[in-house]
Amino acid sequence: MNAMQIKIEEAKARGKVGLIPFLPAGFPDREQFWKELEELDAAGASVIEIGMPFSDPVADGPVVEKASLQCLADGVNLAWILTELRKRKGQFKAALLLMGYLNPIYQYGLDKFGKDCEAAGVSGLIVADMPHEESQFVKDAVEPHGVALVPLIGLNTSKERMALYAEGAAGFCYFVSVLGTTGQRDALPARIKEKLAEAREVFDIPIALGFGIKHPDQLEQFEGLMDAAIFGSALISHIESGRSSDSFMEPWK
Amino acid sequence: MKKGYFGDFGGQFIPELLMPPLIELEEAMETILPSEAFQSRFAAMLKENVGRPSAITYCPNLSRDLGLDLWLKREDLNHSGAHKINNTLGQGLLAKMMGKKVLLAETGAGMHGVATTVAAAMLDMKAVIYMGATDVVRQAPNVNRMRLMGAEIIAVESGTKTLKDAINEALRRWLSDQETTHYCFGTAAGPHPFPTLVREFQQIISKEAREQFMTRNQGKLPDVVVACVGGGSNAIGMFHNFVPDESVKLVGVEAAGTGEPGCYSSAPIDHGTEGVLHGMKTKLLQTPEGQIEPSHSVAAGLDYPGVGPEHAHLDAIGRVDYTTINDTQAINAFKVLSRREGIIPALESSHAVAYAIENRDKLQGQSVLVCLSGRGDKDLGILDEIL
Ligand SMILES: Cc1ncc(COP(=O)(O)O)c(C=O)c1O
Repeated sequence: MNAMQIKIEEAKARGKVGLIPFLPAGFPDREQFWKELEELDAAGASVIEIGMPFSDPVADGPVVEKASLQCLADGVNLAWILTELRKRKGQFKAALLLMGYLNPIYQYGLDKFGKDCEAAGVSGLIVADMPHEESQFVKDAVEPHGVALVPLIGLNTSKERMALYAEGAAGFCYFVSVLGTTGQRDALPARIKEKLAEAREVFDIPIALGFGIKHPDQLEQFEGLMDAAIFGSALISHIESGRSSDSFMEPWK
Repeated sequence: MKKGYFGDFGGQFIPELLMPPLIELEEAMETILPSEAFQSRFAAMLKENVGRPSAITYCPNLSRDLGLDLWLKREDLNHSGAHKINNTLGQGLLAKMMGKKVLLAETGAGMHGVATTVAAAMLDMKAVIYMGATDVVRQAPNVNRMRLMGAEIIAVESGTKTLKDAINEALRRWLSDQETTHYCFGTAAGPHPFPTLVREFQQIISKEAREQFMTRNQGKLPDVVVACVGGGSNAIGMFHNFVPDESVKLVGVEAAGTGEPGCYSSAPIDHGTEGVLHGMKTKLLQTPEGQIEPSHSVAAGLDYPGVGPEHAHLDAIGRVDYTTINDTQAINAFKVLSRREGIIPALESSHAVAYAIENRDKLQGQSVLVCLSGRGDKDLGILDEIL
């Protein structure tokens, strides 16, 4: 079983939702980033989602975009991320997931990427600009290295398309809570429940809800329909305002 | 060939959340587009509202100056002043028949924004236009036109503040508003089915030009056909019906920017490498790490680090020669065509005209048919500064 699924199910066994914090690699700076990861890990993250910064992140809202561009300006690239992770392999209790866009991975070389992920202890990958139809060549490159390609689905994904993503999927399924980009929202759409229920029928791996989530209270209404929560923009804003990852994680513990 | 691909290029590299509207669009392209109801209304609009067929014009003075036969396909004579209107009326009508209420578009030079706004007004829809903040300033006359005709204009402050960033923001908006909104993409690029759909609406340029040229030249075909390439819509429209004519040399002109070493260009075919951006696998200006590089051209409509996938393919198979013209050469052509023929070309189109001027030695005695993709009124402000 993929490490991400194991971690989320461990949380579940303790009667908790799995916690999946997201930070762009190198945020808020290249040193501090690793301290943030340690805090997130110590605070009980099930999976840590590490952003691979890209110049043109179309699926992201302003907070993630700004943070990613700042990391790029600081010289963060895939080689740095994978090398630094490799040095720290085995230090995190949480499973590690890389999230980004196809082009930097494509330029790095898919085969090398798959191998280097394994060497760095990465067990999951999200490619935001790659629907099922285009995904086979990436799967072929990473799955032999124990890296699961996490399916992303949403409010407008039909049950038929969910089934395409569910075939052979491992780790967890990422359910996008809004039709839109990443970023905090005060209210989540009413249709989420019904669609989460559909996803439950289709996927036999955990389901994580992401985009727009900032506080555990928001999730009460989805009890039983989802297994983990993903938060990015809220965590980034929290850190930007000078507070710690640990204090962000507090209400979730 | 895999669906949505031109050889190795093309595809649908977009978030899953955009797949449903793209599939819906592809279905409309297959069912509504060929219908009699669509085709007859579209033909009537092209005739009554755009003024098609557009003329082809022989340029007697420049032909004499250059020692070749220079012909222009006059997309600048279209309503709203560029080839862009062929595509926006087509997509607009399609969207209307799909039940959409809003036309969303990105624009660089503003010509596509203007053309989308015209289509929205004609079809009683709303236009929402994303434009890089830099372009809002340098293409002010078009911004005013769009406002007058009722568009909502959003100046994009992120990234390079040009066309690339306008596309990013428009895609983000489409994610949210896909139920009511059609993304009226402005060039033969982006995720499938846009490259094919836009080509379908623009191929009328070469359909007309081919017939017109042969009628005027005793059934002969031109020796060389030239068009400028930004995203590549006027060029694919101008090339499409000549592709099977092996005797016709096809030339796509990319923008070299200032042309100085180390400066940015807008020439991904000539200076770029293979990659993935804006839903397509194509050639891109990018760093070795896969970050997209800023582009530059004096012509806002060419100022884009990518290119439509069919062009990347036509380059790979060697059917089209892609070459570059720099800002200075384009500005020279802008002046020369204005002075010698009384036609003020768009700075984008000036790149194509400049090809004939700069290569006159090797084109002696040949017939050269250039796509004049648009008129240059919008550029007079920029030229005031330069002239
Ligand atoms: C007059 C004119 N020509 C050409 C272009 C470039 O677009 P494309 O390469 O899609 O024809 C533009 C874009 O704004 C334009 O306004």
